[in-house]
Amino acid sequence: MAVTGLLLLGFVIAHLLGNLCVFGGPDLLNSYAYHLEGLGPLLWAARLGLLILVLLHITTAVQLVLENRKARPVPYQRYKPVETTYAARTMAASGVIVLAFIVYHLLHFTFRVTHPDISHGLDPHGHRDVYRMVVLSFGDPRVAGGYVFAMALLCLHLSHGFKSLFQSMGWNSIRLEPKLAGISRLLALLIFIGYSSIPLAVLLGFVKPAGALS
Amino acid sequence: MNLVLHVWRQKNNSEKGKMVRYEAQDINPHMSFLEMLDVVNERLIQKGEDPVAFDHDCREGICGACSLTINGRPHGPERGTTVCQLHMRHFKDGEEIYIEPWRAKAFPVIKDLVVARQAFDRIIQSGGFVSVKTGSAQDANTILIGKDTADKAMDAAACIGCGACVAACPNASAMLFVAAKVSHLALMPQGQVEKQKRVLNMVRTMDNENFGNCTNHYECEAACPKEISVDFIAQMNREYLHASINEKR
Ligand code: HEM
Ligand code: FES
Repeated sequence: MAVTGLLLLGFVIAHLLGNLCVFGGPDLLNSYAYHLEGLGPLLWAARLGLLILVLLHITTAVQLVLENRKARPVPYQRYKPVETTYAARTMAASGVIVLAFIVYHLLHFTFRVTHPDISHGLDPHGHRDVYRMVVLSFGDPRVAGGYVFAMALLCLHLSHGFKSLFQSMGWNSIRLEPKLAGISRLLALLIFIGYSSIPLAVLLGFVKPAGALS
Repeated sequence: MNLVLHVWRQKNNSEKGKMVRYEAQDINPHMSFLEMLDVVNERLIQKGEDPVAFDHDCREGICGACSLTINGRPHGPERGTTVCQLHMRHFKDGEEIYIEPWRAKAFPVIKDLVVARQAFDRIIQSGGFVSVKTGSAQDANTILIGKDTADKAMDAAACIGCGACVAACPNASAMLFVAAKVSHLALMPQGQVEKQKRVLNMVRTMDNENFGNCTNHYECEAACPKEISVDFIAQMNREYLHASINEKR
């Protein structure tokens, strides 16, 4: 759980940094995408790795949740937790929503089946026009809203997940513990702001379609 | 003071239980929670009813026998207090109080509020000891142990094995108990010899006893009458990882 979670977090951060290229305009984003695709077999290896990570993460999560449910067959009539957080108690739910998002996200931008009309163009350099695909999709408030919502849940998931993984791996200590919850929340918030800034910037007109740029 | 109690009554392990309402009148606020239950039980006996069964022994907070979940919190609302040391003055006159046993598959109810905690004994038997020759013990001061280490080991050794950590955990996990036992021995030079075997055996026994898994909610620390820190869980996770890597080599 912790190992796969940490590696997935690594992807989430790397992916965010790549995505932020959208603020550099169409040429930057499209050439980033072009070079990424240019990695060829390496890219496919990374995708396979990610798929395995997600599957492992989900299998252990399902196992964990089932075992934990079984461990208390008769519930309390009154149960008053005092220390845990909303994020910690909703890990499974936030995880499932993030998973649903991942499926939609892949259909949207990787397999390009949800918006076929705007997803297959080429830019003036002959590169795939990722910029156009992103900006035109996020012009739809439903799509942009869905992305922001999913990122809010990822943020919730990570605000517990990050600190939790330090404890699970035994990297926590008396000195780190008081700071860790704060660091975890801050990191989750930064990831949320980073990712959500893209659909929001498009929706609010800060990032415009290439045709409207000049 | 007068109170309304809702108490879990269950004849034995195989029968279904339910919450039963009792009125506890004229309770002295200086009584401990268990003394209050004694009064309620005496009145039940006078009426020819079956008294409420609950576990207790020392009544001074050191044995770990008492084990009541009060209003959804193991050992009740006060931090760092066993229920035998909890006094009625912490409750309001007329308050409704819900009293339930520890809830965990690993701790089956024997009767009413009494649960079987042999799962803890089996965990201890699998590694919660140091192997030494019996006979005359050497002078304790011949083995030098730094004050910091001794203090830390003592913090872990404060565990009275009551099981409140399991009862409080949303997953009914026994990690804090096992971590306290593993750490207190692993910190001492006498315990270090067997430290890897100990952590592997104790964690595996725990896993086989139907406890849940730790997902780091830290309810255990909040409920622990000895306020044992979840830092020991991180320490045990670290030791378990090392030991299982070394085992494979
Ligand atoms: C981008 C995707 C994801 C990332 C970066 C991520 C990250 C993490 C991290 C760091 C942890 C903590 C590990 C630990 O404490 O040992 C975790 C736990 C967990 N994750 Fe994820 N996760 C992701 C997706 C998912 C998905 C899709 C699901 C569900 C289907 C899921 C379900 C869970 C569950 C149930 C836990 C354990 C919860 C607990 O501690 O109570 N996660 N995740
Ligand atoms: S009865 Fe011994 S600790 Fe409460």
